[in-house]
Amino acid sequence: MNIFVCVKQVPDTETKVTPNSDGSFINLDSIKWIMNPYDEFAVEQALQIKAAQSESTVTVVRVGSVRDTEALRTAMAMGADESILVEAEDNLDSYCIAKAIKGGIEKSGKTPDLILCGKQAIDDDCLQVPQLLSQMMELPSVSMVVGFEQTGEDLKLRREIEGGSIEVYSLKTPAVVACNKGLNTPRYASLPGIMKAKRKPLAQHSLADVGVTDGDRRVKYSSFNLPPEKPPGKKFEAMDEDAVAGVVSEVVGLLRNEAKVI
Amino acid sequence: MLNFEYTSEQKEIKELSLKFARNEMHPKAQEYDDNKKFPGDVLAKAWELGLMNTSIPTEYGGSGFTASDSVLITECLAYGCMGMTTSMMANDLALLPIIIGGSDEQKKRWLTPFTNEFKFASFCLTEPGNGSDAAGLKTTIKDNGDHYVVTGNKMWITNAGHADLFVVYGTIDPALKHKGISCIVIDASSEGIEIGKAEDKMGHRCSDTRSLNFNGVKVPKENMLGAPGEGWMIAMKTLDHSRPLVASCALGGAVRALECASQYAKERVQFGVPIAKHQAIQTIIADMGIKVEASRLLVSKAAWLLDQGLPNTKVASMAKAFAADSCMQITTDAVQVYGGYGYSKEYPVEKLMRDAKLIQIYEGTSQIQRLVISREIFKEY
Repeated sequence: MNIFVCVKQVPDTETKVTPNSDGSFINLDSIKWIMNPYDEFAVEQALQIKAAQSESTVTVVRVGSVRDTEALRTAMAMGADESILVEAEDNLDSYCIAKAIKGGIEKSGKTPDLILCGKQAIDDDCLQVPQLLSQMMELPSVSMVVGFEQTGEDLKLRREIEGGSIEVYSLKTPAVVACNKGLNTPRYASLPGIMKAKRKPLAQHSLADVGVTDGDRRVKYSSFNLPPEKPPGKKFEAMDEDAVAGVVSEVVGLLRNEAKVI
Repeated sequence: MLNFEYTSEQKEIKELSLKFARNEMHPKAQEYDDNKKFPGDVLAKAWELGLMNTSIPTEYGGSGFTASDSVLITECLAYGCMGMTTSMMANDLALLPIIIGGSDEQKKRWLTPFTNEFKFASFCLTEPGNGSDAAGLKTTIKDNGDHYVVTGNKMWITNAGHADLFVVYGTIDPALKHKGISCIVIDASSEGIEIGKAEDKMGHRCSDTRSLNFNGVKVPKENMLGAPGEGWMIAMKTLDHSRPLVASCALGGAVRALECASQYAKERVQFGVPIAKHQAIQTIIADMGIKVEASRLLVSKAAWLLDQGLPNTKVASMAKAFAADSCMQITTDAVQVYGGYGYSKEYPVEKLMRDAKLIQIYEGTSQIQRLVISREIFKEY
């Protein structure tokens, strides 16, 4: 099986993100990059399939800057066989990213049997790439997947929906599957894995190589700003029984006239 | 010429080791310490990920780490738990004499199994009556025709209750002093080995420390590392390799203490402000930071010299003495920053302070390191 896994490199969850000086994008200087946590579930799923079907290959695909290739190296250290990097600015929209991934996969010369993605990236939270990609590649797709079973070409996928209920989908490969937390427990990259990863092939393409042009952009960011600072909360003292009634009517008044929530 | 940047692999190695320390070691460190519980489960996971036995060369199944890589891994693991790290380091300490003094056949026989299977080895040098004066050891290795007979008592042997191999120092003739010292590998299943009860220690309580008696143990001739009488040279070279590791263990513990103290100082409010705003606390934190950074520089240089194949005895001893003494000071100060809470087992720093003490003692006390350092300096000037 040819398994492709789409990974994105995102700021570490502990990073404090700030707009850059002209507000055109975020400040990239002091960011520590990690693999998008939902993509780790996708990589793990691919590696579990590979372990069960020895003839499978796992190829990781990423669209983004070459400044730091953390996510691809991590995936290969975990056990992926090779990777593809489509070099691009970090502020591409979901449509361009999906198109670039499609182009990158086609460049590999391999026909995908399965494309795994994280359900969303934790930086821009767009939740669009898996669906766009499946549309462009004319493949079925299921998102929010928390259960994965495969028998030959048949996939049985469990998908989490609102309220904690589960939908079960039956479909055939090839397909695009967007993975959610709960699907598996991603492994650590082992030290020997880290040492081996540097010898694994990494193909690099430009956006032009994979057929993405400026005209493909559907979204252009106009500016980035921090949300307005929240005013400090108000504290009301009502330790004294007699004061309670007064405080309550004061709070109700403020909620009605100032906060305008009741 | 100077370059302080980690390679991209080292960054990943550090990342993984720290992740392991935070996710697997921190949650268990206190409990295992309280109950003197051997961290077999944690170490098995560490072994799976290749975090153990980092000194084994690639020819024998190792991952091919440099000394600089190994000290980085050890620092991160000790940041997780110094006691658990002692258990892991003890394997390297026991395998290093084989790496340094063993023949190709011996290395294949003893090192490769450690890369295929999760197991332990113990380094047996210290005796009840001989610690710092290692050359005065009493254990005898007698040539008995087609085999050797080993007789003697060993003390403070890490992993002794779990080891498959004992790497034992003894003398072929006490009159020869250090020229009689020899190093021999003994299979733990050999007849005549008596394993003592686990010591009840102040710190590193999860690590397994015991006495060992060798009561006329028969050992095949092919188990001698190098020639008889080469043991002292092997031991000294082993210490050149292992002291940077022990120093990095102290460094990792110090980093943890600094992290705890700094975070606590920002949370704890006294006189209406976090205590981090008080100059008295600021100077303590700053001094901790200075010692951490200086320890790391010495550790890095000691490892770098090894990687260049240059003599590192002086710097390795400096790193060991400075990092261990600093770790003691830093962990003591961390308890001070926490005040009463620091003295309670509810918080992590009292354990760090207990763990730090051992690093000033084992693998050459801080006083012995200074003896080594001054001897090297007198050769120089």
